[in-house]
Amino acid sequence: MAFMKSRLATTILLGSLLFGASNALAEAVLHRGNSGEPQTLDYAHISIDIESFVVKDLFEGLTTYDAKGEIVPGAAESWSMSDDGTVYTFKLRDNAKWSDGSAVTAEDFVFSMRRVEDPKTAAGYANILYPIKNAQKVNKGEVPVEQLGVKAVDAKTVEITLERPTPFFLQLLAHQTALPISKANFEKFGDQFVKPGNMVSNGAFKLESHVPNDTLTVVKNDQYWDVANVKLDKVIFYPIDDDAASVRRFEAKEMDLVYNFSADQIKRLRESYGDQVHVNPSLATYYYTFDTREAPYSDVRVRNALSMAVDRDFLANEIYSGAQLPAYHLVPPGMEGYGEGAVPDWASLSQIDREDKAIALMKEAGYGEGEKPLNIEIRYNTNANHERVATAVADMWKNTFGAKVSLVNLDVASHYAYLQEGGKFNAARAGWTADYADPENFLTLNVGSNVTFNYAKYKNDEFDALMQQSNEERDVAKRMEILKKAEAILSRDQPIAPFMNTANLWLVASRVSGWSDNAVNSHLSKYLNVSE
Amino acid sequence: MISFVFRRLMSAIPTVFVVVTISFFLMRFAPGGPFNLERPLPPQTMANLMATYHLDQPIWRQYLTYIGNALTGDFGPSFIYKDNTVAELIGKALPYSMQLGSMAILIALVGGVLLGTIAALRQNSVLDFGLMAFATVGVTVPNFVVGPVLTLVFAVLLSWLPAGGWGDGSAQYLILPMIALALPQLAVFARLTRGAMIEALHTDHIRTARAYGLPSRVVVVTHALRGAMLPVVSYLAPCAAALLTGSAVVESIFTIPGVGRYFVLGALNRDYPLVMGTVILVAIFVIAFNLLVDIAYGLLDPRVRHD
Repeated sequence: MAFMKSRLATTILLGSLLFGASNALAEAVLHRGNSGEPQTLDYAHISIDIESFVVKDLFEGLTTYDAKGEIVPGAAESWSMSDDGTVYTFKLRDNAKWSDGSAVTAEDFVFSMRRVEDPKTAAGYANILYPIKNAQKVNKGEVPVEQLGVKAVDAKTVEITLERPTPFFLQLLAHQTALPISKANFEKFGDQFVKPGNMVSNGAFKLESHVPNDTLTVVKNDQYWDVANVKLDKVIFYPIDDDAASVRRFEAKEMDLVYNFSADQIKRLRESYGDQVHVNPSLATYYYTFDTREAPYSDVRVRNALSMAVDRDFLANEIYSGAQLPAYHLVPPGMEGYGEGAVPDWASLSQIDREDKAIALMKEAGYGEGEKPLNIEIRYNTNANHERVATAVADMWKNTFGAKVSLVNLDVASHYAYLQEGGKFNAARAGWTADYADPENFLTLNVGSNVTFNYAKYKNDEFDALMQQSNEERDVAKRMEILKKAEAILSRDQPIAPFMNTANLWLVASRVSGWSDNAVNSHLSKYLNVSE
Repeated sequence: MISFVFRRLMSAIPTVFVVVTISFFLMRFAPGGPFNLERPLPPQTMANLMATYHLDQPIWRQYLTYIGNALTGDFGPSFIYKDNTVAELIGKALPYSMQLGSMAILIALVGGVLLGTIAALRQNSVLDFGLMAFATVGVTVPNFVVGPVLTLVFAVLLSWLPAGGWGDGSAQYLILPMIALALPQLAVFARLTRGAMIEALHTDHIRTARAYGLPSRVVVVTHALRGAMLPVVSYLAPCAAALLTGSAVVESIFTIPGVGRYFVLGALNRDYPLVMGTVILVAIFVIAFNLLVDIAYGLLDPRVRHD
């Protein structure tokens, strides 16, 4: 009897297993590691890449990125620009629909952009759309939202008027801040539109469920205009912020993609997983900034000498195991139309020659061994890698100039609060990741009027004038030349010392197809597929 | 007894209030605010955000607002997880932590008392030394070592169990995190039980019981163990409060969606309402378990009676 029972149980168990298996076979599911819990799914409030990975699978802007990271039409099928470059007219796709089957309208875009600029929304990235006419004024509460330069000409035509020609405007529209939400849906649910069950979306996927810190599941949106080309049925995002835990789950074959694992794992993972390890240069720069308000850092010679003495190859290859690339100028490579950036003249020397030159330059400025003593405090935000970099830089400055170097670290919020509020420092770590693929996004950090981001408090009228001029230049090639001239001034003056360009690290399981490394780090799940 | 419980519950109210007040002001001494990010926000945006969350008001008013709202069960929105209120976040995460924590406590308690008793009965034997060596290792090896080692062995190398996640909440997902959580506590319980048992076995009433010729099993289980339970039960209170409210370390190693991580994330991100929510949660658990322990004392030890 007992035997009979267990036979029966086994049969039921086997049956259910088989049933489960046949279900799994029918469905293409991507298990996507996402290195952190999204703080929100509200396009107006998201600020980091791991949030935009999710939200851009759900929503589609007027423009979007293809698998290679190039701008392509999204919800808009085409557009035209006025001769003076200040008015864009977008034609929405006739078959662009929300996941509840209703049509995506021009009014939805008007509503969504107004919502971002409305001061009541307090959108963190409202400034991304400041090139739109009156956006900044609306955001400051100076004029009503109705005066924002976005208008619905008819149900399928959006007209956007700009403050001035903005050559990178199509890039901005692919940013998460420019995504649409359904006006009708928002009016029904308010801020709760982000919840599963409430949300309707116009992207390749729609939200199915969300358990914070466990999983976020999206399924194919059968109303999506390009649904025929969406291969995955389901994407499960795993918001794992513990790098080592992500890697273990990849190794246990529980996840197909892992984003930003620890750099010291690269070597080991390459040995075990070969080309499943992707080191993908990104539009991001790791730099140190000097407080130019006070001596000795007010002296351009001191800043140059300190910058020269830093061995970038060592930082990139030894500390980051090749997960970052040595950099000598602020604008990262990979910007369309910009080519090679403007490096300082000493960048072509060998590290030994740079050090000799640095010592001479420092002596000329009256600091270093036998001269006035050099006491440098390096500030950085608490992080194992930043600490290793700071320690190495401290060593280089000690060895080259006999400087006394001390290290101070604060958690990330405190560190940036200090710099942002204009706190005094000697040298401090900072980093910048592109919001849109244009050199302006990096160079503008050093404009004299940029009180928040210009930690160095650098002020150079010629540089500021060139930046101004670049905003007005309509010719793309000429504009890039102007920006390069501006960067040359920055490289000469070294208010900041760029050390490295960051790479994004991905583990991509061999069962994943359709993956393409790209500098904008855009990897929409709609281009991906999985094999069994 | 009922009046004792009632008095204790009444005295808990001012305690929670003091904890809330101190935490509220202490937190504001930390430099930086919830919206100081690696990528600083433009001043206008910052101003909009501060206004949205009423952080532009004087701190005493923020405090009064907070207390007023908290009394009505509104613990505010989370600054970092903007789609959720603090109550929603904790409400969603707590069941995971409690389920995992209660099983870990059970394993730690039963296992620890059993091993401790065996060690005490075989005092100074090889078995005793072996068990205590194991207990020392259990206490000293932190779970951020035990956790990854367990996953590497059982998930990556052997593929017997999942490397993490809650999955459907079935046993296979819970075994490893449960062990990682329980092991250090099991070791503490074993050491406590052993010490108390050795002491209890040498007391007069045990000697008397033996002299009466009671069977050894009865002497050990009903007489010695009962007395030896007092230190174990005292430790149970903080241990249970800690395990049931989740472990940031274990939850992040095994990617469990529990409440433990909110302590760390809340503090690091200056998410004031989330920090307050977790502080209140722990305060309530600690108070509740201390009360339960005091009641248990009365049941275990006739010398302690609450009237």
